[in-house]
Amino acid sequence: MAFKSYVLVCGGTACQSSKSEEIYKNFITELEAAGIKDDVQVVKTGCFGFCEKGPIVKVLPDESFYVEVKPTDAKEIVAEHLVKGRQVKRLLYQGEETKKHAKVEDIAFYQKQFRIVLRNCGVINPEDINEYIARDGYAALEKVLFEMTPDQVINELKVSGLRGRGGAGFPTWLKWNFTKQVNDSPKYIVCNADEGDPGAYMDRSTIEGDPHSILEAMMIAGKTIGSNKGYIYIRAEYPLAIHRLEVAIKQAKELGLLGKDILGSGFDFDIELRLGAGAFVCGEETALLASIEGERGMPKPRPPFPAVKGLWQKPTVINNVETWANIPVIILRGGAWFANIGTEKSKGTKVFALTGKIRNSGLVEVPMGTTLREIIYDIGGGIMNDKKFKAVQTGGPSGGVITAEYLDTPIDYENLQKLGSIMGSGGMIVMDEDDCMVDIAKFYLGFTVDESCGKCAPCRVGGRQLLGYLDKISKGKASRDDITKMRQIGTAMKRASLCGLGQTAPNPVLSTLTYFEKEYLAHIDDKTCPAGKCKDLITYSILPEKCIGCGLCARRCPVNCITGEKRQPHVIDKSACIKCGECYSVCKFGAVMRK
Amino acid sequence: MAKMTLEELKKLRETKKRELEKREITGKDIEIIVGMATCGIAAGAKQTLSAFLNELEAQNLSNVLVRQTGCMGYCYAEPTVEIRMPGMPDIIYGKVDPETAVKIVRRHILGKVLINDHILDKPAADIMKK
Repeated sequence: MAFKSYVLVCGGTACQSSKSEEIYKNFITELEAAGIKDDVQVVKTGCFGFCEKGPIVKVLPDESFYVEVKPTDAKEIVAEHLVKGRQVKRLLYQGEETKKHAKVEDIAFYQKQFRIVLRNCGVINPEDINEYIARDGYAALEKVLFEMTPDQVINELKVSGLRGRGGAGFPTWLKWNFTKQVNDSPKYIVCNADEGDPGAYMDRSTIEGDPHSILEAMMIAGKTIGSNKGYIYIRAEYPLAIHRLEVAIKQAKELGLLGKDILGSGFDFDIELRLGAGAFVCGEETALLASIEGERGMPKPRPPFPAVKGLWQKPTVINNVETWANIPVIILRGGAWFANIGTEKSKGTKVFALTGKIRNSGLVEVPMGTTLREIIYDIGGGIMNDKKFKAVQTGGPSGGVITAEYLDTPIDYENLQKLGSIMGSGGMIVMDEDDCMVDIAKFYLGFTVDESCGKCAPCRVGGRQLLGYLDKISKGKASRDDITKMRQIGTAMKRASLCGLGQTAPNPVLSTLTYFEKEYLAHIDDKTCPAGKCKDLITYSILPEKCIGCGLCARRCPVNCITGEKRQPHVIDKSACIKCGECYSVCKFGAVMRK
Repeated sequence: MAKMTLEELKKLRETKKRELEKREITGKDIEIIVGMATCGIAAGAKQTLSAFLNELEAQNLSNVLVRQTGCMGYCYAEPTVEIRMPGMPDIIYGKVDPETAVKIVRRHILGKVLINDHILDKPAADIMKK
């Protein structure tokens, strides 16, 4: 019995929150009702990456890419496409540029991408180990167990040039080699799946869509450095990813690909999950290890590094999810193949979570060296609603902003650092003319101050001071002197904080100060917010000459502070106004002014 | 389940790989297009399609894509099947029952020989391409 068609339904968290689980179930019901359930296989896959247009359903082998599918559409797709062979045109993806119904290869979103880390996401069912195996899954482990020596593995990694994808960019081969050479036991392998940057979900999608790639990579590391135990530390806020990992571990154990004497090689390996408890700082490696040990998540001074004294003071390799996902491919295709991709110092690809004021938001994986302009305009489709690009923020709360004049910078670790930002774990937030840089800096500082563990004074005290100044500026109560003080505190934090959280917390402030000093001065000298974001500095009022008295704003106002007779100009009571901006957005006559 | 050996893993991979490849269209330069409009289905095109899939599996052919299409116009001769492959002219076969389907795979695709009794025509000129 062979299947004639395949329906792939995206089962990533984003699509699930738009009812993709229901879509999946409806397909099964409808196919049964139409009598063709033996002809069509319905598969729930991982994230396709094109999150802006989700939920996504792909029909093969017709290569039809359906977007924004609703649960009720399943019936029509079954009746029209699967039974009669007619594509449901209104659901097909239509490229903005060509207005043609696109095959997957033609969609601009995918053309410049090169999916190594996300190779199986959107292709296989992550809850079926057989599909992973079919796509060369566990073949890299075979090679490492039976055909390669540990030194050969290390050498392959060295040739590949793979650098840690958690943000620091440390050469992976070097970290493994240090750990391998330490004369101590037992040794441990740890996966950092505590992805905490706001707006970043690359690791979540990788785990949800391809959990076995992590398991296989950790076992490869175990064989290479001499370890038999692995831990995956994953944040509790990722229940679907946790579930997929649990299923994967169970299935791998059932087939004997995890546990004792794997494939008859004599090598044992076991993997356990450990859940986080809501602390951003536990993404920092020493805090993470402390958390696994049952201690409070607080960083420790280094040296000694985890490679020498890590989990329970034993040699530990700890890497980020994305770093792990690259390992099986490097082993199978060779380090030289990987080194051919990317720039001189930054090899391979990087997954970015492209979000913010961008048309095609979602997950994109591009070779290092791709420019910001290509990502934002060619892949991302440009700014939403045709607004003006203002800046792009990379690296989350540890990063900085990059302005339009640097959009042609090829992305790699060094280039982004030169611009005052960092690669980070891959968050990329696009901002337009309606975003206020002071507000953005305040948001990030608010986050890092909240998440600071409090152990060292530069971060604990300095962060709070910085936040205080930003608050004053956003309320029009600051002076020019405060900018000097912010720069001093920021520099002190960078030099003296115990861990990366404190060392990089000032980056959003210092970066926005560098590129957008005029905007800060407008808040300080003129007590205005040019972007119209900082609530204390904006007022809404109605222009009597433009208002026709339709009353729509008054009806929408959540605090009922707009009064007026029908067909007479309306008035906003400024003392009661909460500056939500609702009247501004609903007025069809441009009568509401925001200053 | 019992623990796997290296050999068992390699075999499992081969089997599952072939299954997964059926979903893909890249690397497939031979196309079998089965007319699946109402007349086709009434004449038994679904059984013909199954016969193709089973024979391709039996012959271990992975570079053949099987697709469905609508009415080609030869309603009197359903089930109709179009075969496109490099090195052979595009042909439409008519009255293709499951037995003929097997013949097409063995003689036309593998043997590169036309099956005379069932040839209907060449496909019509595609005005969209001109």
